[in-house]
Amino acid sequence: MKRLLSIIILSLSLLLPFHLLAQADDVEMADLMHQNGKIYVVVTVVGVVLVGLFVFLMIIDKRLRKLEKSNRD
Amino acid sequence: MKDSIFNLSWWKWLSIALVLYTFIWGFLIPVPRLPILHESIRNLFFHVTIWFAMMIMMGASVVSAIQYLSSTNLKFDIRAEMYTATGIFLGIIGLITGSIWAKNTWGAWWVNDAKLNGAAATMLVYLAYLILRGSMDDEVKRARIASVYGIFAFTMMLVFIMVLPRLTVSLHPGNGGNPGFSTYDLDNRMRTVFYPGVIGQTLLSFWISEILIRIKKIKSQEPEQKQNQTKYETSS
Repeated sequence: MKRLLSIIILSLSLLLPFHLLAQADDVEMADLMHQNGKIYVVVTVVGVVLVGLFVFLMIIDKRLRKLEKSNRD
Repeated sequence: MKDSIFNLSWWKWLSIALVLYTFIWGFLIPVPRLPILHESIRNLFFHVTIWFAMMIMMGASVVSAIQYLSSTNLKFDIRAEMYTATGIFLGIIGLITGSIWAKNTWGAWWVNDAKLNGAAATMLVYLAYLILRGSMDDEVKRARIASVYGIFAFTMMLVFIMVLPRLTVSLHPGNGGNPGFSTYDLDNRMRTVFYPGVIGQTLLSFWISEILIRIKKIKSQEPEQKQNQTKYETSS
């Protein structure tokens, strides 16, 4: 009975995603970039580009409001 | 009072905040270390959110199409057209980004995958929507036929990219016996960037469509002036 229980517990534990933890370290990732902080340079550039695009969109929105106003009058 | 560019509705600010959040944390949060995918798993925040936004735009287009059919108010037809146009744009971006991702993980720019071919077929169906619209001059007729076709196109999209890939073999997660994102690809940390990303991209798409709709409305008010102008020009 005890033996059966331990087999059941063991086989159930195989369903847990331990195999993912085991392979964690040998998968190559951009660790260096995160370690020396160069990733922040990339993030800053992406952020600036996005803010620029959004400001552009906001300006278009404002121009459109102006056009709508002059159309209504 | 003078108008300023910061004079925006709350949901436009929300879209700016969420998209910025996604693009910043998309690069910074720790992701699961998986073979083959490596860092490219971060494309989930950019490529997959685009497709989610695309499907929501097409959904919005269908809602507008139904609203048009039940009210015959042309403003709903303009909405349906512009949501579809934004959706097609997102779809093209989705195909290109997906192709780049596929090249670097599955090994080819285009693999014979049910979801990829389904997405391509969907784009063709929606391009046909635009051609159909362009081929008709009568406003009311165009609106009615385009609305009906839009509903059909949405159904085809659901079949092509939601149903068929799940029935056959597909490389995409969650399809054809592959585990879905929920099992291990999308751990809880990634969800905190992925879902805001979907909402942000969707709101941004609504913003862009809204601008297209407003331009179209201004244009549709103009014809009388234009006709007068051309008369004037020919008479002088």
